[in-house]
Amino acid sequence: MAIARARIKSVGAAQSPLLGAAMFTPAVLYILLLVAGPFSLAFLYAFSDARIGNTEMHYVGLENFRSILKSPSFRMAIRNSFIFTICSQIVVIVGANILAIALEKTFRGRGFIRFLILLPWVAPIALGAIGWKWILDSIYSVISWVLVALHFYKPFNAPMWLGEPHLAIASVLLVHSWRLMPFSTVLLLAGRTAIPKDIPEAAAVDGAGFWRTQFQIIIPMMRPILSVAVLFGLIFTFTDMTVVYILTAGGPFDSTQTLPSLAFAMGIQGSDLAAGAAISLFLVPLLIIIAYFMLRVAHRAEVN
Amino acid sequence: MWGKVVHVLVITVFTVLLAFPFYWMVITSFKQNVDLYTMENNPFVFNAKPTLDHLKFLFTETRFVRWLANTTFVGIVVVAITLVLAVPAAYSLARLSGRWGERLGIAIFLTYLVPQTLLFIPLSRVVAYLGLQDSLWALILVYPSFTVPFSIWLLMGFFKSIPKELEDAAMVDGLTRFGAFAKMVIPISTSGILTVVIFTFTLVTQEFVYALTFISSESNQMIGTGIPIFLVRGDVYYWGALMAACLIASLPIAFLYNLFLDRFIAGFTVGAVK
Repeated sequence: MAIARARIKSVGAAQSPLLGAAMFTPAVLYILLLVAGPFSLAFLYAFSDARIGNTEMHYVGLENFRSILKSPSFRMAIRNSFIFTICSQIVVIVGANILAIALEKTFRGRGFIRFLILLPWVAPIALGAIGWKWILDSIYSVISWVLVALHFYKPFNAPMWLGEPHLAIASVLLVHSWRLMPFSTVLLLAGRTAIPKDIPEAAAVDGAGFWRTQFQIIIPMMRPILSVAVLFGLIFTFTDMTVVYILTAGGPFDSTQTLPSLAFAMGIQGSDLAAGAAISLFLVPLLIIIAYFMLRVAHRAEVN
Repeated sequence: MWGKVVHVLVITVFTVLLAFPFYWMVITSFKQNVDLYTMENNPFVFNAKPTLDHLKFLFTETRFVRWLANTTFVGIVVVAITLVLAVPAAYSLARLSGRWGERLGIAIFLTYLVPQTLLFIPLSRVVAYLGLQDSLWALILVYPSFTVPFSIWLLMGFFKSIPKELEDAAMVDGLTRFGAFAKMVIPISTSGILTVVIFTFTLVTQEFVYALTFISSESNQMIGTGIPIFLVRGDVYYWGALMAACLIASLPIAFLYNLFLDRFIAGFTVGAVK
């Protein structure tokens, strides 16, 4: 603490506070104008009757929320948003932990394998999703071809992966998990590499087996980075509309609609900006909770 | 022995699952339509001679090249804006404002968590108000709002690792603080700045929601929206060309991202890994 204070004195704000402010103000203003500005507008629109093509708008109180809460598509969207977010996180965290353990060892070709494993995360998700759309095609799906070849289904009788509500939900879940797995894996890998090697070695000397070392020593030590991986994963899935938009556009019969995709369908395609804004506001509570936990992680890191 | 078998097995299964769609893009890109659209054919092998027709179609009959150019143009301008805003801000927060710099840095980082899907509806009206509908300038205006926060965060970590004595020495030699920043700090920060350049560029190529909302005409699309929306005509999919387009657009971005991955990850860990 004393050192920190001394540091502030030596090169700190006292020397050139104006210069400091001048250097970060443009960035802060830009962010305020283009993030905080539209964020406040979203609240304003949600209580109005704003529509595309009509510059006038009036205050309508809770009218938008009342009609949204009555709509079955909205209830479906909120349910799906949680299903996709939570289920894909479970798949991702289990898978990423296993994969991170496997990637921790060095082996020949590790760099190339890492490149392949990372592809779903680093390639634009819109394009990865089109790849899946082809894999899950209603007629020429390679998965269906394999299942027919193995005699699970008769030819022309394989399921329509994106055409039946439950299968469509499973498909979207699959693509979300596929997309996030590499991201969580590299985060967890960074966490593992940071653990001093003598800790697992000491545990082995004391007779702890592989699983005990993992569950009682390594994973507890990785709690901060695990939380970061989960928090980012939750946010990326909960707020994503690209996967659903490309795979199913919310269909069949709104069965894969999520909050963001419904907000787009109502607000932009349906021209009802007010309804769209009101729907997207339902993202905010979870975002606040995640921001709170993110701050806790950052604060602990700062203190340590 | 068993450990090794399990290890190879785990790596193989995950690699196949994660990379399969890209392998599938490669296969599909070079197959003739008769081969692709005959259900009896084994889809894993070439049942007819490989062909370059899809690539030819993509480059001559579609606006694919135009979309690549649009994306590059937007990418370069957004990178420039991001650097101008983020480099000084990150330096100032890392150095000049002591502990409050860290707090403000975290606050700025948190704005990166505000998603496009929350802001696109109000922004669509702002864009219309500014007369920027269907213009790449709408994207250029809006994209820095998510590239700047993360870049500031990445650069802060970078600037903190540069010893202060360096600037102090430069200032003793008669440079002003800004002079020390411009002449001493920036030249030795090229790798940090390069990281931000690559990260910003990949974020621009990966963005979908704003491009979908603000851009409507075929010739103004970015790759991420042009490919899924305009290569699909009615119910007819040009799967060969579509997969070739996805592959060509994805691989360079993936390659660049991969080169700088460890630095990006250092930013994403929010300090949870030392």
